[in-house]
Amino acid sequence: MSLLDYFKITKVSSASVAKERLQILVAHERSFKNQPSYLPQLQKELLQVIQKYVNVGNDSISVNFEQDEHQETLEVNIVLPDKPR
Amino acid sequence: MTRIIVVTSGKGGVGKTTTSAAIAMGFAKKGHKTAVIDFDVGLRNLDLIMGCERRVVYDIVNVIYGEATLNQALIKDKHCENLYILPASQTRDKDALSQEGVGQILEELAAKDFKYIVCDSPAGIEKGAHLAMYFADDAFVVTNPEVASVRDSDRMLGILASKSRRAEQNLEPIKEYLLLTRYSAERVKIGEMLSVADVQDILSLHLLGVIPESKSVLTASNSGIPVILDEKSDAGQAYADIVARYLGEDKPHRFIEEKKGIFGKFFGSK
Repeated sequence: MSLLDYFKITKVSSASVAKERLQILVAHERSFKNQPSYLPQLQKELLQVIQKYVNVGNDSISVNFEQDEHQETLEVNIVLPDKPR
Repeated sequence: MTRIIVVTSGKGGVGKTTTSAAIAMGFAKKGHKTAVIDFDVGLRNLDLIMGCERRVVYDIVNVIYGEATLNQALIKDKHCENLYILPASQTRDKDALSQEGVGQILEELAAKDFKYIVCDSPAGIEKGAHLAMYFADDAFVVTNPEVASVRDSDRMLGILASKSRRAEQNLEPIKEYLLLTRYSAERVKIGEMLSVADVQDILSLHLLGVIPESKSVLTASNSGIPVILDEKSDAGQAYADIVARYLGEDKPHRFIEEKKGIFGKFFGSK
């Protein structure tokens, strides 16, 4: 560390850190706001049913809920393994 | 027309009860017949902040269960004749409130020509908080310039927009206002605290006012006198400004910037 570093004002204020963290978090949480509350349970049960027949891991299913002015879309995405059982 | 205002925040300890007491007193002092209702069943404190804790005989749960009439439960404030307090129950279960019961009480207050009904919400998002905001026309969202409080306020805004009577019946949505409390202009200036602009960027709310961090708030609660009655204090004046702004008066915002020192005053520095 050079002597010059002592004179540089590089310290980021804690308030700006707080603001950045909040902006990311709030945006993330708002995207879940209008989702129906049954979604996690639905995802879990779908996975159980699929795992009865196909050897898929817990990460290979995703359930997305999207909403615009006209319609609500429930998208279920399952990644099947290369070789079926 | 009666206007129902919920004072809400999600997070606890940010100043909901202090704010409820202050603005209710403010409306009453401006000549409007006002009721302030404590929805924190099991942990009531509005009675203490209003200084009427020794005059509580009946409470909101007694009224809902028909054990007392609304008139018996309403406590007339000793400082202002236009102001009435409806305390929460201290002993009942927090689920003792019902939507129907609360709705009936609000209707009865409207029939008694109350102009403003201030609903002091408990912290959290459970039943008491839900019922405090359900019938509201306006929401005063009390927020501290601090990450946890801002996040919880945002969550509360989502609930106001989806779970209220106005949302369910597709009426005009609840009008939401930001009250930023415990604000320190000094700490904002040196980058230690989120500024008004930062909080507004995140919550996108109409700012009703900033209440500075102030010793007078504790002094007021110590003695059970709403801080708005301490007209010399900065917090008291900030609440008076908020009441005036809400009622449509044009009051420029104060307490957002650091007070100028004596040099600043003389030399007009910014």
